[in-house]
Amino acid sequence: MSDLHTELKKSIIEQLNLEDMEVSEIENDEHLFGDGLGLDSIDALELIVLLEKDYGIKLTDPNQGKEIFNSINTMADFIEKNRTR
Amino acid sequence: MSKIYINGISSVSPQSEDIYENEIPQTYNENILPAINIDYKSLIKPMMLRRMSKAVKMGLYCSKKALQEAGIADPGAILVGTGQGCMQDTEKFMSNMLESEEGLLSPTSFIQSTHNTVAGQIALDLKCKGHNMTFTQNSASFETALLDTVLLFEDEQVQNILVGGVDETSEEFTGFQKLDGQIKEASINNLDLFASGTSGTIISESAAFFTLSSEKNDSTYAEFKDVQIINKVEKSDLISKIEEFLSRNKLRLADIDAVILGRNGDSRFDHYYEDLQQGLFAEKCQVGFKHLVGDNNSVSSYAFWLASKILKEKRISQIFKLNAVNCNAPRNILIYNQYLGRNHGLILLQSH
Repeated sequence: MSDLHTELKKSIIEQLNLEDMEVSEIENDEHLFGDGLGLDSIDALELIVLLEKDYGIKLTDPNQGKEIFNSINTMADFIEKNRTR
Repeated sequence: MSKIYINGISSVSPQSEDIYENEIPQTYNENILPAINIDYKSLIKPMMLRRMSKAVKMGLYCSKKALQEAGIADPGAILVGTGQGCMQDTEKFMSNMLESEEGLLSPTSFIQSTHNTVAGQIALDLKCKGHNMTFTQNSASFETALLDTVLLFEDEQVQNILVGGVDETSEEFTGFQKLDGQIKEASINNLDLFASGTSGTIISESAAFFTLSSEKNDSTYAEFKDVQIINKVEKSDLISKIEEFLSRNKLRLADIDAVILGRNGDSRFDHYYEDLQQGLFAEKCQVGFKHLVGDNNSVSSYAFWLASKILKEKRISQIFKLNAVNCNAPRNILIYNQYLGRNHGLILLQSH
């Protein structure tokens, strides 16, 4: 697991108040929404803010979200390619 | 209008809910009292719980317990009284604004910072699409929600209403109440509140919710008879206002067995209560509660909880008593509360 994957999991746990969850409990390919981690639309807003705040990425097309926030792997890929900080 | 029965009750406060039975008080040596921690996870899903501030947790927990006790899954209406609303989330997003220099803000705390978040979250959890109202009327917030309850029960379609009061404290904002003298300067032990002799009071967070129904059942505590709010009154007119309130309920002073008083140890305004204690209510069993649970804008809901307990158990727990007058099997209880000499609330409960 790369540092970015671990960093992302830590940020998600902290930002979304997943108090009882450990980094090791989130699989890299697990769905973040729906059946997987069970995040919802308010969490999606938090993740958009997280991308901009921590990595300088501004999502201009909301339709991209579904693909980017599919799992930790997809988020990490997107961040690697688009980060400005 | 149909009769209104109290069929389910629940409270969260700086005291444990079984204080009425075990009479062992929690003591505090500070002037801002937190509500005790309880096992919210027993009734609220962890994924929901993670975003909730204390007010939402307390309100939803009490709501579910009060409905469970009454055997009601979906009330016809949800009414909440809160003086200060969701202060913790308000403080959180304002702090974020300062820290990020008005840059990017986390949306959750902003979304949940409004006063009606508690009532909204209860409705979402219960999937209740009925009448949903939040009343913010300073220290008469709960009384205002009760007023709407009475109006709603005039409509014969409504059979059950969930009504409650909730207020939370927050780290920074609550402390601001010290600046205008609402909180006592020197820390006191809460049990010494009535003898403190200084200005200000002890502020707390609490919630108390009730299932009110047009039919009584096995769990019925009492009948809720009436409520009145008097925003401003000369002290000399207070007695006649109380007598008018009793009279409109076809009661005389002699019919009142016990009075629950919102005395809060503030030397500037406790004379409203003292005059009644030594005069009109001198022969009545006098009950207090703020030495145990502190004061806040919806704490009269705790008095409503206390009156319900007294009428169901037909006895008055010693720890709440302000005088030595005994009262066996009380039938009528009057609650009187005011804050800073304003927003005088009268609530009448009767055994069923």
